[in-house]
Amino acid sequence: MPVDLRIPIRTDADIVRARQEGRALASEIPFTSSDLTVIASAISELARNIYSYAGQGEIEVRLVERNGRRGIQVVARDEGPGILDTALALEDGYSTAGRLGLGLPGVRRLFDEFELKSEAGVGTEVLMHKWAR
Amino acid sequence: MRVPIMKQRDVLIASIQDSLTDADLLALRDRVVEQVTRFRSRGVILDVTGLDVIDSFAAHTLSMTAQMIRLRGAQTVIVGIQPDVAIAMVQLGLTLLGIHTALDLEAGLEYLNTVAKRSRPNAR
Amino acid sequence: MTRSTQVQSEPSVPSGTLTEIVTQFRRSRRALGEEWTRRIAVTRMLSVLTEEEVSIESIELVDNYIDVLETSSVESMQLYARNLSRRIVPRRVDTPELLGIVLVLRDVLARGLLDLAEGDAVRLRTMLSVFEPVANRIATTVAEGSVQEHERLIRLQQDSIRQLSTPVLQVRDRLLIHPIIGVVDGDRARQITEQLLASIRAHRATVVVMDLTGVPSVDAAVANHLVQTVEAARLLGASMIVTGLSPDLSRTLVTIGVDLSSLHAVGDLQGGIEEAEAILGLRVVRISSASGAAPAAESP
Repeated sequence: MPVDLRIPIRTDADIVRARQEGRALASEIPFTSSDLTVIASAISELARNIYSYAGQGEIEVRLVERNGRRGIQVVARDEGPGILDTALALEDGYSTAGRLGLGLPGVRRLFDEFELKSEAGVGTEVLMHKWAR
Repeated sequence: MRVPIMKQRDVLIASIQDSLTDADLLALRDRVVEQVTRFRSRGVILDVTGLDVIDSFAAHTLSMTAQMIRLRGAQTVIVGIQPDVAIAMVQLGLTLLGIHTALDLEAGLEYLNTVAKRSRPNAR
Repeated sequence: MTRSTQVQSEPSVPSGTLTEIVTQFRRSRRALGEEWTRRIAVTRMLSVLTEEEVSIESIELVDNYIDVLETSSVESMQLYARNLSRRIVPRRVDTPELLGIVLVLRDVLARGLLDLAEGDAVRLRTMLSVFEPVANRIATTVAEGSVQEHERLIRLQQDSIRQLSTPVLQVRDRLLIHPIIGVVDGDRARQITEQLLASIRAHRATVVVMDLTGVPSVDAAVANHLVQTVEAARLLGASMIVTGLSPDLSRTLVTIGVDLSSLHAVGDLQGGIEEAEAILGLRVVRISSASGAAPAAESP
């Protein structure tokens, strides 16, 4: 599947760029203005996780269609330390010591579909879909 | 991006006009707290109208800024959160609890004046 | 000759036949209208209309039908169907009945052709071959038009129900009342939130009373959404008071395990408004406390 947008995340400015360009791409299909802000917020959280925990990685955004519905797919990928307990990371209030939480439970609430794959020492991949109403 | 901080009598007003990076947000926090100390301000208005997104880092930094300002004996009001941004924030579980919010600059100033009059009942 | 050649020869039927039919129908339009009215009465169709209305309608119906027959154009048929539907559908006439009255008219006119043919079978066949295809297309178009009109009415009604069921009322400066009536599903919950936040901004409201007396029940997702709406309103600088929570709604709210500390609930709408005024009134007192006025006197 072709990627419509790929943004490498290396600096904190890339976080802002990823969410702004992701939002601009999503605005090509009939999302409401609050949906667009929700998408931008989710991309921002994922990009920040990459920046804070893995140092670097990338965000991919695609416009997709399934069963006649249009939507957006966001993939956040890094080769960082990985998440030891993915189930725990998706629980509200979870945070590694002394740091801000991963924000993953919140991000999951923002999208219709959410998939987290992570392996310690190998990296983390988050795959999400949100469909236009 | 450097956020302008204006001084209006004993209130500081920081107007965020555009998206900020993490570093910009931290710099804003430090400058506001430094100026509250220098000018002995009694109130700070953080106008976030220009923020496209308030994610967990932004919300956390805003909360931290408000707490530091309180430790200097001043009040903080966050104004200008856009409806779409508010909807995304609550879904992320970011509610800025314990911080006063107001619709816009005018409502924020009104609140700070009310607080001032309550704490100094003899003032007009 | 075989039937098939007859059918093929249809388009080449002398145009004089159509003119002749139309002229004859125009001449006897009153009689045709009366015959139609009589048949309608026998079949008990259009019972929602008075006798006089049916009589007026008959002239209109016959005249327009003859016009469409004369031009035989798709546009004139659609216009006829639309006008007919707009006039009659709002009187609670359904599609089969509307189609029925047009078919009755077709039959009345076909019998008129019988008189016109004066027993000449070949002439009658020629006239019918001109009349029938047009009459059938009119019937089809009317049925389509009626369905479209019904759909249009349903859409209009849905819109107005939606607007009626989620009004945002400004009771006084800075105070909004938002009574919610009817079933709230996920889509409507989202719509309510967006509308409420927009109203807070438009009216510069600082207190909103959301009354849920008219909401029978909600599921966990919608209850969760309600709590989020309260929090979003606060981020805009407005406090929300929720009133009219039924025992069912209350149970849903506590069962889903969301943090209810942000939810300011008051038993009924009246209590909610009093509470809202107290919140607003307190502010008024603070500003003019030097005058020593009591809160009640200060309330606008």
